[in-house]
Amino acid sequence: MTNIVENKGGRTQRITQRPRKQRTTKRTQRTLGATIALVLGLAVLILLAIAALFPHVMAHSDPTATDARNVLAAPSLAHPFGTDQSGRDVFTRVIHGAGTSLGVGLRAVGIALVVGVILGALAGLAPRWLDAIISRIIEVVMAFPEFLVALLVVAIVGKGPGAVALGVTISVIPAYVRLARVTARRLRVAGPFEAALILGVRPARAALRHIVPNVAAALVGLAVVGFGSAIVAAAGLSFLGLGVQPPTPEWGLMMSEGKNQLATAWWISVFPGLMLAVTVVAVTAVARPLQRFLEGGRA
Amino acid sequence: MTSSTWPRRIAGFLGGVLLVLWGAITLAFAVLKLVPGDPVDVMLGPLSSATPEARELIRENLGLNQSVPVQYVTYVGRVLRGDLGMSYQLHRPVGQVIAESLGHTVALALAALVIAGVLALLGAAFSRRGALRHVFDVLELVAVSAPVFWTALVLSAVFSFRLGWFPIIGGSELARLVLPAVAMALPIAGVLAQVLRQGLDEAEAEPFTHSARARGLSRRRVTITHSMRHASVGTLTLGGYLFGSLLGGAVLVETVFARPGLGRVTLDAILGRDLPVVMGMVIVSGIAFILINLVVDALSLLLDPRLRTAAPGVTSSTAAAVRGAES
Repeated sequence: MTNIVENKGGRTQRITQRPRKQRTTKRTQRTLGATIALVLGLAVLILLAIAALFPHVMAHSDPTATDARNVLAAPSLAHPFGTDQSGRDVFTRVIHGAGTSLGVGLRAVGIALVVGVILGALAGLAPRWLDAIISRIIEVVMAFPEFLVALLVVAIVGKGPGAVALGVTISVIPAYVRLARVTARRLRVAGPFEAALILGVRPARAALRHIVPNVAAALVGLAVVGFGSAIVAAAGLSFLGLGVQPPTPEWGLMMSEGKNQLATAWWISVFPGLMLAVTVVAVTAVARPLQRFLEGGRA
Repeated sequence: MTSSTWPRRIAGFLGGVLLVLWGAITLAFAVLKLVPGDPVDVMLGPLSSATPEARELIRENLGLNQSVPVQYVTYVGRVLRGDLGMSYQLHRPVGQVIAESLGHTVALALAALVIAGVLALLGAAFSRRGALRHVFDVLELVAVSAPVFWTALVLSAVFSFRLGWFPIIGGSELARLVLPAVAMALPIAGVLAQVLRQGLDEAEAEPFTHSARARGLSRRRVTITHSMRHASVGTLTLGGYLFGSLLGGAVLVETVFARPGLGRVTLDAILGRDLPVVMGMVIVSGIAFILINLVVDALSLLLDPRLRTAAPGVTSSTAAAVRGAES
């Protein structure tokens, strides 16, 4: 029995046990790796936040400044990410694009979090029939891929940056509602809420005190991971030409602008996409230990 | 356990099918109704100079004079008879437009799924221990995180333009399938490898592994005959879910590689405000979800004998379980 418990960490089991000392070293190595990933991830996110809030600190102040003598220049010291077909500095544009992407991601996740907590807690605490209706609707909506839902919203509203933000937000909401509902259902039969009811606390007050904060905490892990995918979805919609219009610096749009220059000037598309990928990796690196911590705290 | 679980299970499954189908039709109808402005304006486009009389005629032909519930019932009936309406832009039946491009996208998605499955199996099976595991952890993280349209651009920059192995224009159909399929496969392979490896780890902590090892089976043999089977059920369900999400990713990848397919049709329909095509896509993706779940459920029953005798609802809730595992 102890063997099985010990193996919960994902280590493989050997019939002939290894000396205990070596196991501990391996576990320490793992924790060390996770810590390095966490620190690197946080560092990247802080740099991105600075780029989003104060782009002129990290790059030139004008992302649309053209330079006719330096068209399609390869990456160099003067232009670390090269220049595009109008001679605009790709690095400057990437830095100025951080704000748009992070903004959409933050807004989508923030709204989804609030709507998720409200709808999910409602479904979790509501009478059976209302819960059934909300759950069925969520079930049906989740039959459609998230990106397709976002596309649908853009199809309905018509293209534009507002439509992209709305589409991404709506597409991620069902996952939050579902998790919130499950958590609320579990908390409903857990001690504190029932105890409060028995003590005569009004149900609404008891729910606000004992259920809503815990549901919100459960959704934070999902929100951090969701932040990365929301940014990617928004960039994808811009890449398809459904979001902001040129010459706005936005990562997805920049990738699409460089798409036809791929043979001669790969850097125009590749660097904005690289920033996108680095952002998501950093978010995941931070989210994983956070989620583990939150789950540990709940258990 | 008893023979009566099977009828109940089938009834539950059919209920789920009908729910998703009804949901898809309703969602499609909602798209039509939620679009702001006069539907006739949307249909004719901004450049139209139709007279009010002509508009009134169109309105009558489309049944827009009737009340919304009547329109809804009419629409449901039409879809059930297989009539998805006429495209505003292409002036052809939507069913025909979708059927023509369906094959391209299904071929792409299947190729991506096969590549992802092979990569995940190799990744999970050969990186269980030691330094390789750390390397694969990082590789999988990058594969999962990299946006599919960026991977597609990088692949085509390297293999089409720099090395010239897979030219974007010309070459055989198969050669043109490789890069888009790999681009779509990579993130799926990353997720599947992680889940499969976790499943293998869990399987090896189960008592049956100890007993098999005690009976003298080599570790490799236990992995192949016992752990793999144990771990593959969860991976399969997740694979089915990810396969469904490929339909969304296809829009991006088909745009990068200028491939024909459903993604292309969808994007053109959205840009041109071709609502009947958009609505048709909603229904097709609902049907795809139903079919994928059917296949996944059937395969799970084959792989895991426990599911065959378990209480009803175990298999029909696979979709929910997958989402649980993902989040």
